[in-house]
Amino acid sequence: MAETLTTTLGVTDDAQLAPPSKVGDRLFKSLAMVMGLSVGVLIVLVGFTLWRGASMSVHHFGLGFLTGSKWDPVQEVFGALPFIYGTLVSSLIALVIAVPLSIATAVFLTELAPPRVRQPIVSVIEMLSAVPSVIFGLWGIFVLIPWLRMHLFPWLQKLFGFLPLFQGPNYGVSMLAAGIVIAIMILPIITSISREILRSVPDLQREAAYGLGATRWEVTRIAVLSYAKRGLFGAVVLGLGRALGETMAVTMLIGNRPEISASLLAPGYTLASVIANEFSEATTDLYLSALFEIALVLFGVTILTNILAQLLIASTAGPKASRAIQ
Amino acid sequence: MDLAKKLGNLAVTAMMLGLAGKASAQMLINGAGATFPYPIYSKWFDEYAKVDDSVRFNYQSIGSGGGQKQILARTVDFGASDGPMSDENLAKASGKLLHIPTVAGAVAVTYNLPGDRKLKLDGLTIVDIFRGKITKWNDARIAGQNPGVELPDIDIVVVHRSDGSGTTYIFTDYLSAISRPWQEESGKGTAVSWPVGLGGKGNEGVAGQVKQTPGAIGYVELIYALQNKLSFADIKNTEGKYISPSLDSITAAIAAAKVPDDFRFSMVNASGDDAYPIAGTTWLLVYQTQKDPTKGKKIVEFLNWALTKGEEMAPSLDYAPLPKSLRERVLAQVKEITF
Repeated sequence: MAETLTTTLGVTDDAQLAPPSKVGDRLFKSLAMVMGLSVGVLIVLVGFTLWRGASMSVHHFGLGFLTGSKWDPVQEVFGALPFIYGTLVSSLIALVIAVPLSIATAVFLTELAPPRVRQPIVSVIEMLSAVPSVIFGLWGIFVLIPWLRMHLFPWLQKLFGFLPLFQGPNYGVSMLAAGIVIAIMILPIITSISREILRSVPDLQREAAYGLGATRWEVTRIAVLSYAKRGLFGAVVLGLGRALGETMAVTMLIGNRPEISASLLAPGYTLASVIANEFSEATTDLYLSALFEIALVLFGVTILTNILAQLLIASTAGPKASRAIQ
Repeated sequence: MDLAKKLGNLAVTAMMLGLAGKASAQMLINGAGATFPYPIYSKWFDEYAKVDDSVRFNYQSIGSGGGQKQILARTVDFGASDGPMSDENLAKASGKLLHIPTVAGAVAVTYNLPGDRKLKLDGLTIVDIFRGKITKWNDARIAGQNPGVELPDIDIVVVHRSDGSGTTYIFTDYLSAISRPWQEESGKGTAVSWPVGLGGKGNEGVAGQVKQTPGAIGYVELIYALQNKLSFADIKNTEGKYISPSLDSITAAIAAAKVPDDFRFSMVNASGDDAYPIAGTTWLLVYQTQKDPTKGKKIVEFLNWALTKGEEMAPSLDYAPLPKSLRERVLAQVKEITF
């Protein structure tokens, strides 16, 4: 690197100058490499620790742990299925709500908003991401849940009550309530990454589309969104990563009931919540080990969904699409 | 488990390093465990600093499970637990572990009904509500115990703790004591498998859920119910009387409880005219043989103080002190601690 720098500066032929020392460069290179590798090492270490903690439960329950739906700390029968289901469904609800909102916001901010409006909105979104999880939980308990129970849920039941998704008693705390709060919490991250990606779409793209007589909507759709598809997918995956691990607010709003129910208005439970709830009072070894295995499953689910999302990007976007995120 | 142990060690070391610079002459005694008695314990440690300023206590309210684990691993000098240790866990101890009961508390059954109605409930009605067998507030079994109280025709929404807790232990201990089906299906523990209901995190989670849901019923620590002015039910005791939870009715329950010599006792469903049936005590866990003689001496001095002067402070924080006769038995056990 030092060589190329000096060549471009055209000072190599100056014999008076001592050749620059490469120690700093080498040091920097190895330091950066160590830092880079340490992320990988960290993941392996976390996985290993979880595996070691969970080994007792893994041996005791085998695969039945993943398919079992009974969670009984007294009888020491543990199955993770309701928690896996709750984690995936609440995250899915969150994505369904947050993704259109975030991407529309990002499009508005990059393509449509006048500069005077842009900055305040960006600041508000950034502030949203700084609000601690527990605040969202409290807000959920005192504001969102009563509103959902008295207004939105009865309305949903009246209009869509024929669907199993909206049947059953209405408690307020529910899978849907948790999904809505997670959606609010992942909105900032998806929005700000999407905004960066849309901003990185070259103006040439837009100008070319305008040149062909495209309308504003067509420009956004063909030249911008389609170009940035892959990067936007990446933003969604990052949001999903947050959604899967969201703990505090979810625990306060989901109802903490380890049951699989078709209704979104029914209470549920997530992997992260059961760890937060029960870890501190788990007294027996098997119980503790089962909680470790829950953590291992959460770790696995997160990695798996990420890999799936990457594969999805690779298959849908193809090589032509933007590499804006890279 | 190892991780938790290491983290505990780390925290303790960090704490010691932090303090070492400030007051190297002061001895630091570390404890960890139950959250329920945390307010009274921290008051004790504060007050005790005035009695003996050569010792400082560092108590981390990480939960009873953590307290048991840390004292078993000897990463703390004393543990604290809201439930007695199981035989299985006691067998893991590297020395004889003593249970030192300190103060008692009760669990109140709180509910949300239109109007301010005082309810009376017996144990089996509570069991059937929490098993989902009684689903309406105007059920004949509730109405029968509450003549003159107008009960609405609305669904009962059961709310329980979602986090493991000593409160759940006492409550399910009571349900198990009076009902065989409950004992067989759910049993007792800091967390159990609930037949019906929603889980709220902490006393505040349960209370919040109950307050906001018309027709909800839940259970919280009495202290929490008193301080937040929740409405709670009078519960029928073994003598057939409906008793309101209070410090007096808890002390009456301890007085009536049969306490074995290792002090691992349960005082739910205690007999006695004035005894409130859903109550329990909390324990400190200390090794009988202390490895560090100076520390051991200080711990014994503190326990003696806590069980005499300390007990007198309990009512001001809404904890029930131990009756005198039991206190003397506990003090006799403290004398057996060697160092």
